[in-house]
Amino acid sequence: MKIKQLSVFLENKKGRLYEVLNTLAQANINIRALSIADTSDFGILRMIVNNPEEAKRVLDEAGFTAKITNVIGVAVKDRPGGLAEILKILYEKDINVEYVYAFVEKSGEEALVVIRTNNLDKTIDLLKEAGVKLLDSKTLENL
Amino acid sequence: MYWNKEVETMPREKLRELQLERLKKIVKYAYERVPFYRKRFDEKGIKPEDIQKLEDIRYIPFTSKADLREVYPFGMFARDLSEIVEIHSSSGTTGKPVVMGYTLRDIEVWKEVMARSLVAIGVTREDIIQIAYGYGLFTGGLGFHYGALAIGATIVPASAGNTRRQIELMKDFGTTVLCCTPSYALYLAEYARDEMGIDPSKLKLRAGSFGAEMWTEEMRKEIENRFGLQAHNVYGLTEIIGPGVAHECMAQDGLHIWEDHFYPEIIDPETGEPLPEGEEGELVFTTLTKEGVPMLRFRTRDITAFKPGMCSCGRIALRIERIRGRSDDMIKVRGVMLFPYQIEKALLEVQGVEPHYQIILTRPHHLDEIEVQVEMSKETFSDEVKEIENLRRKLEKHLEETIGIRIKVTLVEPKSLPRSEGKAKRVIDKRGLA
Repeated sequence: MKIKQLSVFLENKKGRLYEVLNTLAQANINIRALSIADTSDFGILRMIVNNPEEAKRVLDEAGFTAKITNVIGVAVKDRPGGLAEILKILYEKDINVEYVYAFVEKSGEEALVVIRTNNLDKTIDLLKEAGVKLLDSKTLENL
Repeated sequence: MYWNKEVETMPREKLRELQLERLKKIVKYAYERVPFYRKRFDEKGIKPEDIQKLEDIRYIPFTSKADLREVYPFGMFARDLSEIVEIHSSSGTTGKPVVMGYTLRDIEVWKEVMARSLVAIGVTREDIIQIAYGYGLFTGGLGFHYGALAIGATIVPASAGNTRRQIELMKDFGTTVLCCTPSYALYLAEYARDEMGIDPSKLKLRAGSFGAEMWTEEMRKEIENRFGLQAHNVYGLTEIIGPGVAHECMAQDGLHIWEDHFYPEIIDPETGEPLPEGEEGELVFTTLTKEGVPMLRFRTRDITAFKPGMCSCGRIALRIERIRGRSDDMIKVRGVMLFPYQIEKALLEVQGVEPHYQIILTRPHHLDEIEVQVEMSKETFSDEVKEIENLRRKLEKHLEETIGIRIKVTLVEPKSLPRSEGKAKRVIDKRGLA
């Protein structure tokens, strides 16, 4: 139930983000979710895209530093406390969340969220046990 | 294996006799034929006859690069242009270029010392030697060419640049010996692998002669690992003859100076006094046989030390350590003196970065800041900020521990720093521009 995330190293240079996004656009890659972690010197662009392997290939070719990592996608009830409930499950079992960000679109009454933790397998088991809806790559393609 | 066994293995006392005989002759020759030297000698009140033993060389005034620029173009020539068969010149990026003229006999000497150099690393007539130093006014290309020609190796005169073609030549011709700058060697390996899908270690290269810029033991290991060859250090400079002033042998334990032609001294760059063996200082050369432009006590600005003891290869020639810096490249940051090679060495001691870096000096608030931009290796890229930050901090900590000052490290993308096909530009000093 892991989904593939595309991460790109972004040097703190003018136009760098645009160059990445433009390269993806040219290759007809659609971005479903996106977040940027930034420091004073560099940023890391993380994305869920419709075709991560192809996206990595075009970025490599264009000279970017890109990598595919596994994350988990969850459907969260779109109401106050929806995400907190999920994080509580992880917190109680001592799982560290590395980062969380949300999808651009919603599916019906649910908000879609990307989570990366220090132990993905255990996270998946715990969330399944708690009845949380996990996204698979199939669902993502049909978004 | 020797090119000229008699000279390369002669007893040291005999060598010193030969050196003294040649020194006396060249001093007289220079005094009589080059007004620049005569003026210098006369000003100091010394005569060529005052040189009676090798140690007397210290009475001769130094010659600097600035002196050579002043007499541009032919002011140092000891022979009429009709006897000069070849001219070489420095690029003149920092002022007027330095021009050197060679007589036919000078070219023969150059051939001889380059042949000794290449034979010392095992080159034979069976080898295919690709010379990727620039051919032209720069001495690199032709110097290697003459040496390889004397040996009878198969020369591929590729000259510098045109990277894709260089690799095609190596692959298609089965090149066994590569000669170029060390930074270009690394670039060639990277380009072969990433742009052409050719594993550089699968090429037939078995030895290389690298020089014309500063490099380190760590870079040597990188080049050796990437190509699967033995990487050797060559030393030379246009003012003395070009490449072939000194070269490593297979022992890779210091560079043998061909002392029967080039008399070396190591001096304290501040006082000009000779330093005891083993101490680091500025290398000074006197050409003992050069006819076109004799050089008396030329200050190279290169910092190194004599290596004590004899080499396992049997050559009697004195050895110098790899060049540790140029007195011109010396960076002074907040009063601390350091050389780019120290930074390079420290960077490469930490896993996760590539041997491509740039040093940037600024003075934002009347205080020097030093920043090193270094490429992280592709494999190191993690999608977590903390991993990258950890690497950065590790590098900063290691630099501070080994060099003694705080240096800001910025990790940049693989292949984002400018590559050079000749000498790499490592230091960007923006302090004057503020």
